[in-house]
Amino acid sequence: MNRVILAALASGALFGAGLAVSSMTDRAVVLGFLDVFGAWNPTLAFVMGGAVAVTAIAFRLVMKRQAPMLGGEFRVPKNDAIDGRLVGGAAIFGIGWGLAGFCPGPALVGAAAGLVDAWVFVPAMIAGSFLAGRLAR
Amino acid sequence: MNDWANGLLGGVLIGCAAVLLLWSIGRIAGISGIASGVFAGARSERDWRIAFIAGLAIAGAVTMQFVPSPPRMQTGPTALLLAAGLLVGFGTRLGNGCTSGHGVCGLGRFSRRSLAAVVTFMSAAMTTTFVVRHVIGTPG
Repeated sequence: MNRVILAALASGALFGAGLAVSSMTDRAVVLGFLDVFGAWNPTLAFVMGGAVAVTAIAFRLVMKRQAPMLGGEFRVPKNDAIDGRLVGGAAIFGIGWGLAGFCPGPALVGAAAGLVDAWVFVPAMIAGSFLAGRLAR
Repeated sequence: MNDWANGLLGGVLIGCAAVLLLWSIGRIAGISGIASGVFAGARSERDWRIAFIAGLAIAGAVTMQFVPSPPRMQTGPTALLLAAGLLVGFGTRLGNGCTSGHGVCGLGRFSRRSLAAVVTFMSAAMTTTFVVRHVIGTPG
């Protein structure tokens, strides 16, 4: 297996393990965070805080490199425009997230683990993505 | 239960995953973009994307079996899950990112655009959960 594939596999595995360890795959925990006026569950704040603490420090160090370790070039978004597409897309995503408590990562992990909810959610998510891709064209 | 400790540990693992991907192959660990890119992206980018999603799904599903508080297997209303899935897929594609791409990675890059996306989807999600649970009154 080539090293690019291995690195992507390892990164995905770390990501998936992190989602499971922190119970982000349990939509009740996620909805508990989003429900600020109910029995608030702060877990998601610790997950996001821990993750961003790592990326905020380490991304700076990584980006000092000329190129990625395994060659090629850095593909980091250069667009910093806040437009209607961004805000509208984020708002639509947020409504869906608030309805079910699934965002894409936990839904994919949940589907692999055999959660029935995720089996219903993931095909609809793929359809939604296709639809947006068609419209954007 | 140390929810906060597990949350912090999981968060650090997720952060390390994003750093590993950027450091090794120079790509942003945004799950919605990686997943849709498997179908709609460049052919030359397809293999690493498939590998990432495979690692995510397999390691995540295996780890779930060892987490002390196993996820509750309650099932939600099918129509709600379908609608939610459609909105999440549509919105993340339109807005170029989800909780990982704009959240974990975008905030780590101090991107103004990602901060705007995170504030927007967090507000929309919290408002939606509020309406569903406290105005309509159905347990999500």
